[in-house]
Amino acid sequence: MTLNRNLKNIFLVIFATLILSACSTAKKSGNIDGDVYTGKATVEYLASGVPDRVFFATNKSSLTTKSRETLRKQAKYLRKNKNLNVTIEGHADERGTREYNLALGERRANAAKDYLMTYGISGKRISTISYGKEKPVNPDSSPLAWSQNRRSVTVKVN
Amino acid sequence: MKKTLLFIIFCFFNFNSSIALIKVDITRGNLDPLPIAVSPLHVDIKSENLEGLKVKELGNNISEIIERNFKNTGLFNPLKKEAFVQKPDIAHIKPRFEDWRLIKAQALVTGKLLVKNGKLKVEFRLWDLTASKEITALAFTTTPSNWRRVAHIISDKIYERLTGEEGYFDTRIIYVAESGPKNQREKKLAIMDQDGANTKYLTLGNELVLTPRFNPTNQMVTYLSYFRNMPRVYLLDIETGMQEVVGNFPGMTFAPRFSPDGKKIIMSFAEDGNSDIYTMDLETRIVERITNHSSIDTSPSFSPDGKYIVFNSDRSGLQQIYVMRSDGSDVKRITFDKGIYGTPVWSPRGDLIAFTKMRKGRFYIGVMRVDGTGERLLTENFYQEAPSWSPNGRVLVFYRETKSGKKGEGFSAKLWSIDITGYNERRLNTKTDGSDPSWSSLLSK
Repeated sequence: MTLNRNLKNIFLVIFATLILSACSTAKKSGNIDGDVYTGKATVEYLASGVPDRVFFATNKSSLTTKSRETLRKQAKYLRKNKNLNVTIEGHADERGTREYNLALGERRANAAKDYLMTYGISGKRISTISYGKEKPVNPDSSPLAWSQNRRSVTVKVN
Repeated sequence: MKKTLLFIIFCFFNFNSSIALIKVDITRGNLDPLPIAVSPLHVDIKSENLEGLKVKELGNNISEIIERNFKNTGLFNPLKKEAFVQKPDIAHIKPRFEDWRLIKAQALVTGKLLVKNGKLKVEFRLWDLTASKEITALAFTTTPSNWRRVAHIISDKIYERLTGEEGYFDTRIIYVAESGPKNQREKKLAIMDQDGANTKYLTLGNELVLTPRFNPTNQMVTYLSYFRNMPRVYLLDIETGMQEVVGNFPGMTFAPRFSPDGKKIIMSFAEDGNSDIYTMDLETRIVERITNHSSIDTSPSFSPDGKYIVFNSDRSGLQQIYVMRSDGSDVKRITFDKGIYGTPVWSPRGDLIAFTKMRKGRFYIGVMRVDGTGERLLTENFYQEAPSWSPNGRVLVFYRETKSGKKGEGFSAKLWSIDITGYNERRLNTKTDGSDPSWSSLLSK
């Protein structure tokens, strides 16, 4: 069963890679990998070199390699600034039902929180809130905007 | 709201058992709406004048509301008044059937009203022009400021007589009134009559509010508020304005609805990235966990008998619709078609579940049987969701958002309704943009 699933995943990855390479020009221009945003257009910084947000694929809350890298930077920053507490805001794009998006935003915020905790940041220093699709950072109705809106943002609270 | 329910129905003319020849079938799309003449109600010359109320125009105004209600059903074709052949007072006593038939009317509504001693007395009659007889008549007394409701109640009685189903005109819709740019929307709870009149705002717009839903008696509303930036389910008494948080949950609660007996609120509670379904008994305050699964379980809705709950879950990987017993046992997935499904709502008749379906970047409102068979998609659009049933289970109200440009320009959110036949799609009249509509039950029941 697991083997099966792994195999399936491998095929999916190969398939996705094929698709991606097939239309790499389009992807590059939009800063989207798969449908995860990889650009910097909307990103703000907690400190120099510490991006405040990570991006997600449609309907997903799993962290990409790049997201984990960003969160490790956040964890390092939080370890250095021991008195700092943060809220992680989870968001969804406008292409889902409102209630499900609230749950999805909460799951995304917690995915980021859990990762910070595995790097030694106390859960007590991190609160989460979901805004679902209510607070788009980019109000456009386009795949690029949607990819920028599927995000979790770490915000300083003190 | 309760006080306006003071209607005294003082006599029921005894024609109820007579058989009407005309009948409107509402189970299919009606391409041949019934021609109906709504004569202006005759205003008794003994009527007093009242401040803030144009008594002389009341007869006309009431008949116009009735006409608009009928027109909006798509089942009736109200005829132009210019063609009317008899004066309202005479027609009300004894219509000349052949004259009305000449203008192709099949049904005729007549009535009269009197404002005296601060009371509004109204009577109306419904005539079957094919059979040449009166088929319904009713009279009632109320406070004059209730005149719009009088028009809605008359509409309901006529609809009931001609279709054999309960009407839905004397009802309200609660929704979220929206304004401002797309990425900075101001949202307020708003309530209006089903025809868009009498809009009132229940919150000030200081905090984000979402998904209001009526209780079965329409006096309470449950909704999600971000008050103090803590998303929680609230309970609001419309009459007193009193509100309270529902339960004492350590995280976000959302997607609330009342149980059909109004005693419980069912909702989702999100904890550590996982949303499950809970109920809280409003009297005993006892909280029960209904689902316990590592996936997102949300948008719960009770069957009208309270025995089952329909909800959506992504336990299969993507959002699908499931039905379970109200204690959480016996969970069954009912949607298997391509696409993903959300916002299931059980029909008040118990026979259907309305839902939102997303497929290939398009959004659909549809209905299916409670076992998931017989899916019918009623309308397709760029974005639409959150259907709510009319109390007779014949019409759905939902909201639709438009595609916007780079800066969010061109964005709008509007309330729409559609018959479950798939016909008669129309936009509701709201003062501002609106979303998350919830239809009340009949107010005068």
